[in-house]
Amino acid sequence: MAMSESATAARTRARPRFAARADWIGIAAILAAAAIGYFLFPNNLALLTRIVSVAMLVLSIDLVTGFCGVATLGHAALFGAGAYAAGIGAAHFGVSDPIAMIAVGIAGGAVAGLVSGFVVLRGHGLAQLVLSIAVVHLFHEAANKASTWTGGSDGLTGISPGPLLGLFEFDLWGRTGYTLGVVLLVVVFILLQRLSRSPFGMLCRGIRQDPVRVAAMGASVNGALLRMYVISGAVAGVGGGLNAIATQVVGLDSLSFTLSAEALVMLVLGGTGSLYGALVGAVAFMLFEDFVSAANPFHWLIIMGALLIVVVLFAPRGIFGTAVRMVEAWRRR
Amino acid sequence: MQSLLSIAVDALAYGMVLFVISIGLSLTMGLMRVVNLAHGAFAMVGGYLASYAARELGLGYALGLVLAVAGTVVIAAPIERLLYRRIYNAPELTQVLMTIGITFCIIGITNYLFGPTLKTIPLPPVLSGPVDLGFRSIAAHKLFAILCGGAVAAALWYLIERTAFGVKLRASVDSAQMAAALGVRTRTVYAASFAIAVGLAAFGGIVGAELLPIEPYYALRYMVTFLVVVSVGGPGSIGGALLAALVLGAVDTAGRYLVPEYGEFFFYLAVIAIVCSFPHGLLGKA
Repeated sequence: MAMSESATAARTRARPRFAARADWIGIAAILAAAAIGYFLFPNNLALLTRIVSVAMLVLSIDLVTGFCGVATLGHAALFGAGAYAAGIGAAHFGVSDPIAMIAVGIAGGAVAGLVSGFVVLRGHGLAQLVLSIAVVHLFHEAANKASTWTGGSDGLTGISPGPLLGLFEFDLWGRTGYTLGVVLLVVVFILLQRLSRSPFGMLCRGIRQDPVRVAAMGASVNGALLRMYVISGAVAGVGGGLNAIATQVVGLDSLSFTLSAEALVMLVLGGTGSLYGALVGAVAFMLFEDFVSAANPFHWLIIMGALLIVVVLFAPRGIFGTAVRMVEAWRRR
Repeated sequence: MQSLLSIAVDALAYGMVLFVISIGLSLTMGLMRVVNLAHGAFAMVGGYLASYAARELGLGYALGLVLAVAGTVVIAAPIERLLYRRIYNAPELTQVLMTIGITFCIIGITNYLFGPTLKTIPLPPVLSGPVDLGFRSIAAHKLFAILCGGAVAAALWYLIERTAFGVKLRASVDSAQMAAALGVRTRTVYAASFAIAVGLAAFGGIVGAELLPIEPYYALRYMVTFLVVVSVGGPGSIGGALLAALVLGAVDTAGRYLVPEYGEFFFYLAVIAIVCSFPHGLLGKA
């Protein structure tokens, strides 16, 4: 008994250093994957940039679903709000500096996070799911109606971002957009890692495990969840802003239920509750989709559906969670 | 006045179709606590089978309807046995993902077999013309849908409130463990009510095919609508589902007639308002 207690204590003490090393390995892995992608698909950087921006959306769902346990099928509302904010800023108000556009996207996403968090957190279980779905549809219809601002179903065009830092033009190859995306992803990733280890992050994990107990401890459950929703909106806004800059067009599909559901599927494929899981899921899903759906969209649906069923039944921790488990089991041998 | 009447008739027909399809979902969600997003997929399967039976095999509308409902139940039974039974007590997220997966598979397979075109179910002469009600005439298939909705509501009420099966069903809803301890075969009750739910979905899909056209992405397009009706009405409540379907049908139809440029904006605004004020649904139990 005493043995195991001291062993636990030793592990707890060793944890920060080990965690810091794991962080650096993680960032190095992201950069390595980004570089490999760059050399493997030099002619398809647009796809890679799209993957990076959707990965931000998946990360942002992970913050509320994986960390706080809020089930949502309407998170594209936050992503689309960021995209439209950045796009409208550029097309109607002349905010064309890419960094400023990202900032506008973050603000738009955060406001959308506040609004949709306010609505979604009023329900639990089924009601929560339905509220999140209703929110994304409401945003979608509002954007469709306000076509003088958003371009309606034709999409918002006329976005021409200026050169990045005044030096790098957004060229036809999308090198600048991709580089910007990878840098943003690494920055967001580092910040979120800090967040997930902060007392606030711990509080959110506590809420997922037992909200009643957290409330009994004196913490405000809904207050914490709403704050996390705003942070999640900011992260989704980065992704939306990046998408607006890289593609120079914002469509209604960025506010769709389909995108929300797909992003949730990506998160679960990768593994909920871990930032790496979100990234792995986004990359795996979107690359796979690109290969298969080019052949036949209906085959893609069958394969995707079967994959989902298999993951839910046999690997509920997702790709990343299952891999970590296998590595741990192998180490213990 | 004339247009108000036609809005009312359309809203009633649409609401009744929503009710017939959603009531099965409401039953399974109230009983087994499964958020079944694949429910619309079973309505789509029913529509495809009916279209195939009536058009390709030339069996006619009535026989096609019966065969399609039976066929859908037969297709769904092994899915319940193999997949649904594993997620009865799982968290919502798991259920959502599994049933989205099932929906994707059903869409893909249906389109592989029947092709990606819109399917019609030819109406018999009785249903294809207008019916004169004295003060005005309405399309017969709409009247048929309204009557079917009423019949389904009455039959279900009788089944659940007045038969031995209904007693077992209600006992299992209240406490599955206690019911099992008293000798109710809850698994059989589950399987039977799942079959009823799927059959009703298929029936609604066929009866409502004129209003909700049978096409490849049917299951995805209306997936949310059916879920919304159940959530607004309160899972497990027949009256709630009927009320919710009629209210939402009216809001949606009125919105489409009066302010078409807003799309489904008011529909979802109504949903948010109702779900926020009644978190357990209009007539649901806490």
